[in-house]
Amino acid sequence: MATDPELLERYNQGFSGAVPHNHALGMTIVDIGEGEVFIRVPYQAHLVGNPETGVLHGGVITALMDATCGASVFVKTRRPVPVATLDLRIDYLRPAEPPRDVVCRAECYHVTNNVAFVRAVTFHDGEPDRPIASAAGTFILFQKGGKSTFVGEAP
Amino acid sequence: MSTLLDQVRRARETGDYASFTQAIPYARWLGISAAQVDGEILGKLAFADHIIGNPTIPALHGGTVGALLESTAIFQLLWDAETVLIPKTINLTISYLRSARPIDTWAKARITKQGRRVAAVHVDAWQDSREIIVATATVNLLIKPAE
Repeated sequence: MATDPELLERYNQGFSGAVPHNHALGMTIVDIGEGEVFIRVPYQAHLVGNPETGVLHGGVITALMDATCGASVFVKTRRPVPVATLDLRIDYLRPAEPPRDVVCRAECYHVTNNVAFVRAVTFHDGEPDRPIASAAGTFILFQKGGKSTFVGEAP
Repeated sequence: MSTLLDQVRRARETGDYASFTQAIPYARWLGISAAQVDGEILGKLAFADHIIGNPTIPALHGGTVGALLESTAIFQLLWDAETVLIPKTINLTISYLRSARPIDTWAKARITKQGRRVAAVHVDAWQDSREIIVATATVNLLIKPAE
């Protein structure tokens, strides 16, 4: 599932280029599939939660999973419908290993007129079967008049 | 270099709550700190441009509000409990009630249940009015109380 690099570049301009916190964390969309999206955050010293272990702070994982789950809704609906996170549950399965990058895969598996249902896992590159965290989220869809968090054209 | 727990102990003695949050690189970078206000421990997320998630509304990124909620649960456990390790989050469930505006955000945690290994903590976050909650979280954490 290799997405056209030019297409990814366009999506990244809307996703990371236009959203300050996504950009600040260094988030990059690395691949897009059928109703699913993969986003990476590179390991960075200022994102560490415990200086004794060098493990990334939980907040980094929360932001990555929230953003990736939201992006998967656009991939599923194939249009830039404005969304807002209703709730997000995250299970921390094991600590991220410093100094490795983390990748989140999110899948929007069901969408109604009002609500999108998403699940996600975060793992280290190349190890999708050894998740660091898993998540389940719901997103409310605004049909009109809302202001999208995902600036730009949806896949 | 002293450990985080040493810094927590020192902060308890001196009342200098800002110092140990400064020892957490991510908290420093994001703008999260702990403060004692009217005798209670509050978490604070200072507004800065890099925590914006939606520039159109504009609104804070949900991940940054989640980070404040989780951090505030940990601050509360560090203060209330003589723990011999930094509490480890097992899971958290965040409800986003309103979009968080581009101003400072505060949070207060309440320990619902503290057992021998697990603590359940409820956290509320608000902005200029404590009555208007922007997000809540339920957090389960692994703890290790002193023997």
